[in-house]
Amino acid sequence: MKIILDKQQLHLTIKRLSHQLTENHVNLQDVIFIGLQPRGLQVSKLIVDHIRTIYAGENVQYGVLDITFYRDDVRYELHKASKTDIPFSVQDKKVILIDDVLYTGRTIRAALDALQDFGRPKKVELCVLVDRRFNRELPIQPDFYGIAIDTLTSQKVKVEWDKEEVILY
Amino acid sequence: MQLSTNHLLGIKDLLPKDISLILSTAAQFKEVLQRPVKKVPSLRDVTIVNLFYESSTRTRISFELAEKRLGADTINFTASGSSVSKGETLLDTVNNILSMKVDMVVMRHSASGAPHFLAKHIDAAIVNAGDGINEHPTQALLDAFSITEKLGTLEGKKIVLIGDIMHSRVALSNIYLLKKMGAEVMVAGPPTLIPTYIKEALDVQVEYNLEKALQWCDVANVLRIQLERQNQILFSSLREYNIAYGVTKTILDKIDK
Repeated sequence: MKIILDKQQLHLTIKRLSHQLTENHVNLQDVIFIGLQPRGLQVSKLIVDHIRTIYAGENVQYGVLDITFYRDDVRYELHKASKTDIPFSVQDKKVILIDDVLYTGRTIRAALDALQDFGRPKKVELCVLVDRRFNRELPIQPDFYGIAIDTLTSQKVKVEWDKEEVILY
Repeated sequence: MQLSTNHLLGIKDLLPKDISLILSTAAQFKEVLQRPVKKVPSLRDVTIVNLFYESSTRTRISFELAEKRLGADTINFTASGSSVSKGETLLDTVNNILSMKVDMVVMRHSASGAPHFLAKHIDAAIVNAGDGINEHPTQALLDAFSITEKLGTLEGKKIVLIGDIMHSRVALSNIYLLKKMGAEVMVAGPPTLIPTYIKEALDVQVEYNLEKALQWCDVANVLRIQLERQNQILFSSLREYNIAYGVTKTILDKIDK
């Protein structure tokens, strides 16, 4: 087991990402941040909380999306659905999807499908904490990433929230 | 994660964790109905035939809606107007349909055990939409969902089923499900409509007085008299039944609930 990001690095990365995400989006009213269930929930909350402190007083729009019903492996495995809560329209907005680890890209593909059923966003961008660089099964790449690493398919990457570190095992 | 069974023939075969998984997935799916596009592509590659040998309004429409909202293709079959009137047997009808690559059969039939019979002879997955006086599992799941939405949980809650218990597949499925999920169950109605040994067989309380039953319960599930299934006179008249066992505003005001 190897620690990719320890507690201090994790929080620094989250702070850096929250600045990066808002660098080019001048009007926060046009932006919607969406955390992907179940594992993107924590990291997206931390990032959005930080954005809220940077832009105190402004309304930061945040929702969560569960993609269980859009998975492409429905026939092979049962997954338990979690909450989806997107209480605003995504029509003509810039949507930033936030997840913890980008691996094969299938979750993001499902998220893009799900998003389409909510409306037509003006633009969709992807932010992940960890990019498992060469393991993609679909042509999907992140616009913002915390750290990019090379891994084997036999390995797993996990964010341990109680210890606040990212591990590879 | 897997369900413990391939078919949904009855609540009798389900484990409590299956029921929990179904109810929690339903709770999440409810949100889909708030979206602009009330559809998900989960069952895009599945074809389902709704085989209804008995009449039905709500069950048939809600099955069809659910299948379409999950993205499946549906075929609706009612016995009247089909080859059944020419004498075609159940097995023949189903095998014909299956040869057209249908993945799942949702079936309602007047004979208890019909879906179990089918499950033994064909490959497709089978969902029981009501078989005779045996079970109606999806109704019980729906009732459990409604109760859980209002009360938060089924465990320890007092539920009374009122009416024609003897001929009610809804009652039996509900009793199985509520007991599995830890609720306390009582059945209430005229003695002629309650099976004699139900207390010992299913571990439920029995009450012949409507007011007492309503006082005791957290939830009352009121059933329809299954006139079409009764072959004998089991109560004096519908009007007399209503006086004794009809849940009316008068009695609800009286017990102040």
